[in-house]
Amino acid sequence: MGPDYLSELATSLADGFLVTLQLIGWTLLFSTILGTLLGAMRVSPIAPLRFVGTSYVNIFRNTPLVVVFLFVVVGLPGVGIGPSFFWRAVISLSLYTAAFVCECIRSGVNTVDPGQAEAARSIGMGFGASLRHVVLPQAFRAIIPPLVSVYIAMAKNTSVAYAFGITEATYQLKALIEDFPGSLWFNFAGIVAGYILIVAVLSAIASGFERRTAVAR
Amino acid sequence: MSTVLFDNPGPVTRARHRVYTGVALLAFGVLLGFALWQLWSTEQITPDKWEAFTEPHIIQALFEGLLDTLSAAALAITLAVTFGAVFATGRLSDRAWVRWPSWLVVEFFRAVPLLLLILVIFLGFSSLGPYWSLVLGLMLYNGSVLAEIFRAGVQAVPKGQSEAAYAIGMTKSQVLAQILAPQAVRSMLPAIISQCIVALKDTALGYVIGASGILKVGKQIYISPLYNNPFATAVVLAVVFIIVNYSLSRLAVYAEHKMSQRGATTVENVESTTGA
Repeated sequence: MGPDYLSELATSLADGFLVTLQLIGWTLLFSTILGTLLGAMRVSPIAPLRFVGTSYVNIFRNTPLVVVFLFVVVGLPGVGIGPSFFWRAVISLSLYTAAFVCECIRSGVNTVDPGQAEAARSIGMGFGASLRHVVLPQAFRAIIPPLVSVYIAMAKNTSVAYAFGITEATYQLKALIEDFPGSLWFNFAGIVAGYILIVAVLSAIASGFERRTAVAR
Repeated sequence: MSTVLFDNPGPVTRARHRVYTGVALLAFGVLLGFALWQLWSTEQITPDKWEAFTEPHIIQALFEGLLDTLSAAALAITLAVTFGAVFATGRLSDRAWVRWPSWLVVEFFRAVPLLLLILVIFLGFSSLGPYWSLVLGLMLYNGSVLAEIFRAGVQAVPKGQSEAAYAIGMTKSQVLAQILAPQAVRSMLPAIISQCIVALKDTALGYVIGASGILKVGKQIYISPLYNNPFATAVVLAVVFIIVNYSLSRLAVYAEHKMSQRGATTVENVESTTGA
């Protein structure tokens, strides 16, 4: 456990968490887009859209993430769709997380009292105006805390990508032990510290948002 | 039907909705058709990819794998409930030297990715073997989440209840055991069932350390050159998990419905519905 080990640990963690952060960033983007789309489908008046949204959520919420990875990482190339391992991991994580984002958005819209929208209509606001000025600002505030919980769970779930050959943070645990036998618990501590830092940053951003949108009731 | 977003539609809007419905059906039809065509042209839905799942010995192996998965989940949940009860009690303690370590344990195991936890238990205590590494990892993670659910449940009981109990001379532990806990369990039941679903889903992580279970059986099927059918296997595994978990989540909804009829508030927990 000399300086060799420490510098190796530092570079391994930097390499690993760079990949983890990339996974988190792309998944955050794609799962938010897809989840918002699905959430809009679930609250729309068009029956087939609601049906597809509901089916999607039920399928992906009840399938383990490992099985989703199995589909996308191992199964997709056989179907003739084969982006790189990294992108297949992003696709798996995004498909899975989108179901939970969708549920947050749907429940957020449902927390707004229907009387609010009726009041907006009665003063002559159309669909777009009442959505923009009355419903969405209130829904957004209600969504933030559960949505952040979903993103934090997603950040931790990126570790599943390790099982499918992505060299992210968790992968470094095993890689380091091979070079330095007996370093297991130090590696664990280092990697855990990294994840805790990511979760802390996500929580801090969230509470900042919450403070800015807080309203005295 | 009037929701927050749209009013009861009039005749013009209904006609427009019919058009949108038609367009949506057409779009999904085209998408589904394209997916099926892609699957067919890459020979993923040919009989030989699926014949594995008609063979009795494979069906039996999958069934036994499912039993392994369910037993690991059941054991993990039992241990997690105990762990959660102990640490929730610890966090509610008046003594700082009990409260702080309990807080630390609960926060730590909630923050660590479950896969990393299972992996480090497996590598660090190799004598445990994959099955117990998986069960212990699940216990520590789900137990910590449950501890928070329990604590929220106890704190959701109106304050007057414990004040009344103190007034008739009960001690703190008597209040917790006889007044708060029974009421808390009622309000926590849906959240606890959701957490059971999460634990069941998370047993799939045992795949990483080679724990026996339905995923291990699935892997043996799709890597065998005889079948080489990862897509078909993933479909079968997903269907099994969806059936089991969906039935359990119906149970949670039913429990929540029962609770709300009896006038109890239920504890919401987002974490308990996410999982890996």
